[in-house]
Amino acid sequence: MKIHEYQAKAVLSKYGVPVPRGEVAFTPEEVHDIAKRLGGPVSVVKAQIHAGGRGKAGGVKLTKSAEEAETVARELLGKTLVTYQTGPDGQKISRLLVEEGLAIDRELYLGLVVDRSSQRIVLMVSKEGGVEIEKIAEESPEKIHKVFIHPGVGLQPFQAQQLGFALGLSGDSLKKGVKMMMALYTAFIATDASILEINPLIVTKSGDLLALDAKINFDDNAIYRHPGIRELRDTSEEDPLEVEASKFSLNYIRLDGTIGCMVNGAGLAMATMDIIKLAGGSPANFLDVGGGANAEQIRNAFKILMSDQNVKAVLINIFGGILRCDVLAAGVIAAVKELGVPVPIVIRMKGTNVEEGKQMLADSGLNFATADTMGEAADKVVALASKTAGGR
Amino acid sequence: MAVLLDNNTRLIVQGITGREGTFHAKAAAAYHTAVVGGVTPGKGGTTHEGWPVFNTVADAAKETGANASVIFVPPPFAADAIMEAAEAGIGLVVCITEGIPVIDMLKAMTFMKDYPKTRLIGPNCPGIISPGKGKAGIIPANICKEGRIGIVSKSGTLTYEAIDQLTRQGLGQSTCIGIGGDPMIGTTHIDALDLFQKDPETDAVIMIGEIGGSAEEEAAAWIKLNFKKPIVAFIAGQTAPEGRRMGHAGAIIAGGKGTAAEKMAALTAAGVRVVKSPADMGQALVDVMKKA
Repeated sequence: MKIHEYQAKAVLSKYGVPVPRGEVAFTPEEVHDIAKRLGGPVSVVKAQIHAGGRGKAGGVKLTKSAEEAETVARELLGKTLVTYQTGPDGQKISRLLVEEGLAIDRELYLGLVVDRSSQRIVLMVSKEGGVEIEKIAEESPEKIHKVFIHPGVGLQPFQAQQLGFALGLSGDSLKKGVKMMMALYTAFIATDASILEINPLIVTKSGDLLALDAKINFDDNAIYRHPGIRELRDTSEEDPLEVEASKFSLNYIRLDGTIGCMVNGAGLAMATMDIIKLAGGSPANFLDVGGGANAEQIRNAFKILMSDQNVKAVLINIFGGILRCDVLAAGVIAAVKELGVPVPIVIRMKGTNVEEGKQMLADSGLNFATADTMGEAADKVVALASKTAGGR
Repeated sequence: MAVLLDNNTRLIVQGITGREGTFHAKAAAAYHTAVVGGVTPGKGGTTHEGWPVFNTVADAAKETGANASVIFVPPPFAADAIMEAAEAGIGLVVCITEGIPVIDMLKAMTFMKDYPKTRLIGPNCPGIISPGKGKAGIIPANICKEGRIGIVSKSGTLTYEAIDQLTRQGLGQSTCIGIGGDPMIGTTHIDALDLFQKDPETDAVIMIGEIGGSAEEEAAAWIKLNFKKPIVAFIAGQTAPEGRRMGHAGAIIAGGKGTAAEKMAALTAAGVRVVKSPADMGQALVDVMKKA
């Protein structure tokens, strides 16, 4: 799960991570008031969307008065911001973070991630803050310094010190850096984060360290034990169909093709997308109905699938293990009867109770195309989708 | 002789009194597996479907001589169940549970280092089946056939797909291992391939990977140096967009890393026959066996 920058900063500051003074605003008037309250010569107005690259895209502005901040807010609020992370459609701005301007001496990078190979959380830093870390990793990996944290004992002060020295910190700044790293690790563990990035982490002219930007993603599997964090979810930043799917524990990701897919199992769902592409079509979505789907879930899955107006044909590919083919067939038949699905449907079923399932489809009087293998199913659905391509 | 699971396996089910646990305990028992009991804390001393239920894995191991466990407990308790099985001296622990928090698994994996004799399969996996000998997990037995091909896979239903394609080709399986789609797993592709390499009853292998992480690239490097048997690979997620988690917690392309293209290239360079289409796994295996 992703959250906004201002929310991430609020979470981090609870754990003792220093962040700039600031507040979130939803209207230009609020921006004016906050800028006035902050009172400094400069305040920064930052668009709050769930994507990086905001600065370059014009979503971060320096302002010299409360009036100017308000004017900037009028321009930004409601505007669609397109960054390298939002995709071409961009993301609408509906919240702004107004912060005090700071005298920056250096911009550093700090990140915490779970590293699969070492089975450790890795804390990494770089002197090259403010730019894309992927680029540094690619071009000059020696500029990234890492420590691997033992899950039993956590981040140790000597490790944080190592990184502090690598960043060129000394004296008071080094102490502050160590303290901040310890606090960030504590926050990471306590909130079940999956990624935590401070980019840039700034050193001010007076030697203070602050998180000028903050990004936290949380482990979806652990959200159940963090009700407070769950409330920070901003569904307006997500695809409405994906939000709807998540209500029914369906794993749905919208893509830009024309063939709707309904599959059980994440691997098979990805493989189904792949084979559609190989057959010359393009998948409209990833949809894993899971191992234990019931008829009701199948019905909901169908509804969501068909809400995407780009869908010209549907491929259902189910390999029944726990999920029985007769249950699937019942769900599909009920959904098609209720929703009156206007596009061709190709069904490929294998596994548990497949004969019963096939019989039910045949007896339903509905017009399904069936296939025995994945290859055959993909060819059929691609051919049918191109026939319907004229529109529905 | 198959790998991991054979006629000497004595299996307990952690979470045996739950719906899934009960269903799959019965399915395993009906398929040649010696299911000797189960564990549900608080229900020790009772019997369930004829099996003795114990409060702890240690009690179950002591009373039944169990050497393997399959875990069907809910995600908040699953990492704990894994550690309990390891401490009780169980040699093979298969964790089916999906959705375990990563930080719980980090701790469990660290804990497991003190128990090197315990092999963990999963979590978030379909388990293992050695056709004709037994199973621990949820792989449907009716699509399997006894034989000499090994399968190792990150994905559940895609494993079934591979089994089905082999069976249709008349090729049976020695053991099928679902290693799981999570970022932290007990047994990797390399571990499973090493077992197949040493198994005289496995002639060739299908390996199924997916986007995310670098396990397939690491396996490719290992295969090039060590693996001598014919091998076919498929990588799911060739069309997956960057930055979106495709169902499995581990299946995400981040910062341009972990793409299918990179993995396929690495495996091809290691001499693996990589198929682009998931429909071609069975046929490709027939082809590489002919050449070998």
